[in-house]
Amino acid sequence: MNRRESLKAIGLGTLSATAFLESCKPKGEKLAEDTNTQNGPDDEAGRLPTEVARDKKLKEEKFFNPHEMATITVLGDIIIPKDARSGSASDAKVPEFIEFIVKDMPEHKTPMRGGLRWLDVQCLNRYGKSFVDVSSAQQIEMVTEIAYPAKAKPEMQQGVAFFNLMRNLTATGFFTTKMGIEDLGYVGNSPNQWKGVPIEVLKQYGMEDMA
Amino acid sequence: MDDIQLKKSATPYDAIIVGSGAGGGMAGYVLAHAGLKVLMLEAGPFFDPKTDSMQLKWPYDSPRRGASTNTRNFGDFDGAFGGWDLDGEPYTTKDKTEFYWFRSRMLGGRTNHWGRISLRMGPDDFKGHHIDGLTDDWPITYDEVKPFYDKVDRMIGVYGTVENLPNEPDGIFLPPPKPRLNELFIMKGAAKAGVKVIPGRGSVLTEALPDNKDRGACFFCGQCGRSCKVYGDFSSSSCLVIPAMKTGNLKVISNAMVREVLTDKNGLATGVSYVSKDDMQEYQASAKIVILGASACESARLLLNSKSSAHPGGLANSSGVVGKYLHDSTGADAGGWLPVLQDRKRYNEDGTGSIHIYGPWVYDNKKLNFPRGYHIEFGGGLGMPGYGFGWGMEGLNGTVPGRDGKKKEAGGFGASLKDDYRRFYGVDFGMAGRGTAIARADNYCEIDPNVVDKFGIPVLRFHYKWSDYEINQAKHMQDTFQHIMHEMGAVAWPSPGADTSYGLEAPGRIIHEVGTVRMGDDPKTSALNKFCQAHDCKNLFVVDAGPFVQQGDKNATWTILALSMRTAEYILAQRNKLNV
Repeated sequence: MNRRESLKAIGLGTLSATAFLESCKPKGEKLAEDTNTQNGPDDEAGRLPTEVARDKKLKEEKFFNPHEMATITVLGDIIIPKDARSGSASDAKVPEFIEFIVKDMPEHKTPMRGGLRWLDVQCLNRYGKSFVDVSSAQQIEMVTEIAYPAKAKPEMQQGVAFFNLMRNLTATGFFTTKMGIEDLGYVGNSPNQWKGVPIEVLKQYGMEDMA
Repeated sequence: MDDIQLKKSATPYDAIIVGSGAGGGMAGYVLAHAGLKVLMLEAGPFFDPKTDSMQLKWPYDSPRRGASTNTRNFGDFDGAFGGWDLDGEPYTTKDKTEFYWFRSRMLGGRTNHWGRISLRMGPDDFKGHHIDGLTDDWPITYDEVKPFYDKVDRMIGVYGTVENLPNEPDGIFLPPPKPRLNELFIMKGAAKAGVKVIPGRGSVLTEALPDNKDRGACFFCGQCGRSCKVYGDFSSSSCLVIPAMKTGNLKVISNAMVREVLTDKNGLATGVSYVSKDDMQEYQASAKIVILGASACESARLLLNSKSSAHPGGLANSSGVVGKYLHDSTGADAGGWLPVLQDRKRYNEDGTGSIHIYGPWVYDNKKLNFPRGYHIEFGGGLGMPGYGFGWGMEGLNGTVPGRDGKKKEAGGFGASLKDDYRRFYGVDFGMAGRGTAIARADNYCEIDPNVVDKFGIPVLRFHYKWSDYEINQAKHMQDTFQHIMHEMGAVAWPSPGADTSYGLEAPGRIIHEVGTVRMGDDPKTSALNKFCQAHDCKNLFVVDAGPFVQQGDKNATWTILALSMRTAEYILAQRNKLNV
């Protein structure tokens, strides 16, 4: 079977992989609406029954309370705001991803819950209100204290550790959505013919003789 | 479960094969095509990459964005069910030693997710005793195996280039994929460091396989690890077992966990007993020949659990070697990033899911403090983001100037941080050393006298230690990696030191475990003859990596396939002579 035949065999043809995924989904759902959710298409083909049951159970559980989710949402959008190229962390439903991932990876639960509380207590002592209730300027002032590991004050170290985790989860959550992938410019995951590094790129790095 | 029944199958088969991975799959393929009636028992579910692969899914199709789970240790989209811990199927270790046993219970086993790095062992890998006296020779030479490697190349397909290197035999190759940009930098740096790098060797159909209507050519999504829906790479499920089923001569029973090999009073194999995971009933199936391809350690476990008056120490174990000489490849990794690649142009660089470039061992190690050698697997490029993407930016973005030419404070938040993720995308790369570990009698698995799994089957207990040879080899790997990265102009991630044995992975972690049912000419020091036939039981064969006497630095799969094909052809020849 040649390449074109093999793509036809799995229903790809000259269509993009996105269209292929759409064809696998249950009828009546639109891909564009749910690609930014943490759930994605619920395609169970090839999944073990234990995997399907595990994910269903995780999705039904709730870990963060509404106040914690609100705090995560504000923090996420401070870390990854909307800009000219793409939306914010909450536009990409990063808080929902974080809610899922701490249930899936319980080692994140206490650092996240405790870190959120640490942040609130800091704000309470400084400004008399919890993090979500202080002004935007105060939020940035607080975050600035814990966002730069090398220059943070020693007494801020626990906050730094929390913010590192929050930054990492936010980035991973954002850049693994459709919005984040488009922002990043990853253009793979679709059938093609790999012929090596494009010539203009080889020239840019003086590698013409290597390929 | 109300009551347990023992059900005996009425039909005796010509052969029963236990396991459906590379070894079992190849034996099933050859025998079924020759017209034998074959029963294949697989301990896990049926799996067909065409319908069951996670290929072309996006990270957001997984709620955990492709992160690993306890059912898929290599990520939520990985092609292999299972991992180092299976629920209800424990194994133990003794004397505070370490071994990690990766099991994938499914049709095709671990071949559904492997790296497709397909290497022949060389003349000195089969007969290495003359080099330093540290290893036992195989009873066969490279030249005896070569015709089977050739047939495997033609039948399954492998890319690579003819290089004429001394102990790295060439094959019959499809064209290799071109290097990615990061890999060109690696090649340049390696050349300056005096490290040999050649095109990769992988069982991926970079061109259509002549005369094969069932398998499609690769379309370069880089996802071989998920298994391929068009059968564009080698999995035992897609390339061997499913085609063998189409002959009508191979029957597969999935979810069939084999307990033991049954023997008669003369000590000959008569069949196997197994428990069905579907109905939890006990079954017996009979055959003229029993072939074990359950994986090196699982086959050793089966033999040791198959005790009888004729085989009091376990089947095929009058020598006492079954379980001994267990060895996994050594492994140590490193990586870094290339500042020059910041803000690189985007294009589709997925390539194949196997290696594009490869560093064979071509060096004289007489002056080195370890025997034999290792190869290096390289990779890097504009890969698909998944769980873990962007992790650790606080250790990266303060190390180089920003867009304005000024160094910025590490960490941060906001638009400037968001931009950093774009700037650093695709700058990183990795390199992994995989080397020869010396087979030793005191690295072994045995039956734990106290522990059974959830089916009541006694489990394996491991005893495995690295020696200074392997640790010294890992140090040499790290030194070599650092040298290459320096010459590349790369920034290396922190390098592991003596406290971690230079990043030497624990035994079992490389998943190349072999040697537990070794072959040899002397029945006192080996379990199998040179055709993988038990010295003590002429209608019993082992076709996985159990028969390996000494593994080279090359990954085991291509040799498993060649030896299994050779054994299957031997069985056919012996049947014609009415010997079995």
